Amino acid sequence: MRALAIACLSLLCASAQAQDLAVRAERLHTVAGPVITDGVVLIRAGKIAAVGPADQVRVPDGVRVWKTKLATPGLIDAHSVIGLAGYLNQPHDQDQLDKNGPIQPELRAIDAYNPREKLVEWVRDFGITTVHTGHGPGALISGQTMIVKTRGQTVEESVLVPYAMLACTLGAESRGAKSPGTAGKQLAMLREALLSANEFRTKLEDPDPAKRPGRDLRKEAWVEVLARRVPLLVTAHRHQDLIAALRLAREFNLRVILDGAGEVYQVLDEVRAAGVFVIAHPPMARFAGELENASRSTPLRMLEAGIPFAFQSGHEDYVPKTRVVLYEAAIASAYGLGSEQALRAITIDAAKLLGIEQRVGSLEVGKDGDLALYDGDLFEYTSHCVGTVIEGKIVFEGLR
Amino acid sequence: MLLRLLALTCFALPASAQLETQAFVGARVIPIRGPLIDDGVVIVENGRLRAVGRRADTPIPAGARVRELAGKTIMPGLVDAHSHVGGGWGADSSAPIQPNVRMLDAVDCRDSGFQRAQAGGITTLNVMSGSGHLLSGQTIYLKNKDARTIEEMAYAFPDGSPMGGMKMANGTNSHGEPPFPGTRGKSAALVRENFIAAQEYQRKLREAGDDASKRPSRDLALEGLVEVLEGKRIVHHHTHRHDDIQTVLRLSKEFGFRVVLHHVSEAWMMADEIVAAQAPCSLIVIDTPGGKLEAVHLDAKSAAALEQRGGKDLIAFHTDDWITDGRLFLRSAALAVRAGLSRETALAGLTINAARQLDLDARIGSLEPGKDADFIVLSGDPLSVYTRIEETWVQGTRVFDLQDPKDRLWAEGGWGAGMDRAGNICCLGDREEDR
Repeated sequence: MRALAIACLSLLCASAQAQDLAVRAERLHTVAGPVITDGVVLIRAGKIAAVGPADQVRVPDGVRVWKTKLATPGLIDAHSVIGLAGYLNQPHDQDQLDKNGPIQPELRAIDAYNPREKLVEWVRDFGITTVHTGHGPGALISGQTMIVKTRGQTVEESVLVPYAMLACTLGAESRGAKSPGTAGKQLAMLREALLSANEFRTKLEDPDPAKRPGRDLRKEAWVEVLARRVPLLVTAHRHQDLIAALRLAREFNLRVILDGAGEVYQVLDEVRAAGVFVIAHPPMARFAGELENASRSTPLRMLEAGIPFAFQSGHEDYVPKTRVVLYEAAIASAYGLGSEQALRAITIDAAKLLGIEQRVGSLEVGKDGDLALYDGDLFEYTSHCVGTVIEGKIVFEGLR
Repeated sequence: MLLRLLALTCFALPASAQLETQAFVGARVIPIRGPLIDDGVVIVENGRLRAVGRRADTPIPAGARVRELAGKTIMPGLVDAHSHVGGGWGADSSAPIQPNVRMLDAVDCRDSGFQRAQAGGITTLNVMSGSGHLLSGQTIYLKNKDARTIEEMAYAFPDGSPMGGMKMANGTNSHGEPPFPGTRGKSAALVRENFIAAQEYQRKLREAGDDASKRPSRDLALEGLVEVLEGKRIVHHHTHRHDDIQTVLRLSKEFGFRVVLHHVSEAWMMADEIVAAQAPCSLIVIDTPGGKLEAVHLDAKSAAALEQRGGKDLIAFHTDDWITDGRLFLRSAALAVRAGLSRETALAGLTINAARQLDLDARIGSLEPGKDADFIVLSGDPLSVYTRIEETWVQGTRVFDLQDPKDRLWAEGGWGAGMDRAGNICCLGDREEDR
């Protein structure tokens, strides 16, 4: 009995210690309010228990106080393919795109994610704690996406939202020699799939169970989109493809998120009127192909137009195999967006876009204890990430 | 006739700008060679630097056009020793070794890539063919000015011919179906056979001396390799893996060719060998390792590793544009500083060290009297993300001005930025304004 009590006690202590931590930063960016000079974040059992100036937050004895120059909420990459796409770039570690069919909504990201992938560790060591990843651009419907924390040895330990969005690509990237070969065909195929899924959805609600249809993984995945529980993530760059996405959303009453959106600055009024979020292309993405007209001032123009947006690392076929969303936000910051807005776009604005702002995205009591620590201005080329914390656990401590 | 007159006027303008004396005063000047100058003066005359110094002891010539640049920073134009702008392809798929092919004949001098490079402060480029061959041809060293023909941009060897090096590669990029090699051993054997043939050709040329009747018939490929053996052409050698780096050093020693190692992903593993061989390195900095098997150990700490072992003068950076963006060339050096390199070497690696890798360090790469007036005006510290390149000057002519909406289009992108510069050279048929 006594042995059991001791065992329990030590277990409790161990788990409490593992997820209790205080971070004291010369500049604390909570993103929920003004920057706090000499601020402290106290994490208890993985959640933020207190935030404020050092003289107002009491840190219990035995809790480590980690001092740093600057701390922010753990960063959020609003769209990536890491974990499905690996850094070796060999067939065995490229699971972000199945090219055997143009429309495959039944492909789940959780069945393809490798939490031990080197690229996950790579971005984590820059302070990125949450990533929206999954099936990539390249097919009309390539599959599902998910939201993970950059921790865990199994996908179950990593996952935050198992089915976050349904990935759709318009434009040249999802056209080919085979069908769909044109923009018109792309939309026709999407509309037919949606009509068919809508019919399926109606039949599912039939009061007579005998009349309900059997299981259909494809249509079930579409039903989540038709029911507005899951947004359609439309990767497109050309202005006419962005408009086509909005047209499709109106016809089927879908929640659409525009992704990449290289020419969005040409259709700002329409995008704002539609009230959709945009996941902006990485500012350092190569300005080639359908991104040939891309502009580094696009984030600023979206801000001025009142369009909510976040940043992504995106998808790359070659080198770099993934971009680093911290670096991308840094460039946007320097090209007119400013540090404060750039930080918001990789924290709270990204969290809102992904629908996870109750858990992450700012340093507020009750939210997850996810932090990124830096030894200077986080966007400066020559600063370093010195630590990453997920739910009170130190997942990186070093100099990156 | 009117059109012709108008055109002549336009083209004459840059020339007159070159001829007048200009004084840039008040900026912080980073001459690269020599200490940093606060409140400096840069005097430009006839496209060259006439004087660089402190305001207190650098007189401004009478009649000079004076530009006040207080608060700004001036440093030499950047030198990119490995670029693919201009859309040119050298060697084709017919053979793995093609020393007769010249990039001079392949580059589009009006490609928008040159404009983006100007926006990135790049005033000299070594434009090369790709790495899909053991030897993909003669590279071309270009002055990044607005030109109508590639000849206007090309640097010249002392004999007046267009100046360049020779592009080579090893590792997996140059592997393929026959006649391309399938292994590293085969790759080296093919290279050695070709250089031995070139040595033989060189010997025959020497023995013939001035007697034209005894000379072997002309062979463009062997002539190219002889220029390498003679040290006229520097080999610019793509190489990633530690063992491939060692192979390049071995072949360079066997045949006595001058070599610059390019990319050198695993330089941090081979720093002792590289420094011992005094082999200059033109490094690429990529945000993430991997993407290809040979780059899984790529690390921005390579530059610091070379510096720590005494190789600071061997270190330069390149864009490999479009692999990295020429508009952000300064960033490559800054990320190397993040990984431990000194600021001083980082800046030398964008300028004088890269110029030395092209045999151009007597003309460019630092702000010294007599050198070409190639420089950039920055809004602040060259290694800060917040700094913008405001102006780029080539031989005393401004080729990029961030305040000019057309130049801003190249700098930031936007509607029409994907088009080439055609028509933008002058005042006629300006396609940018049509759009």
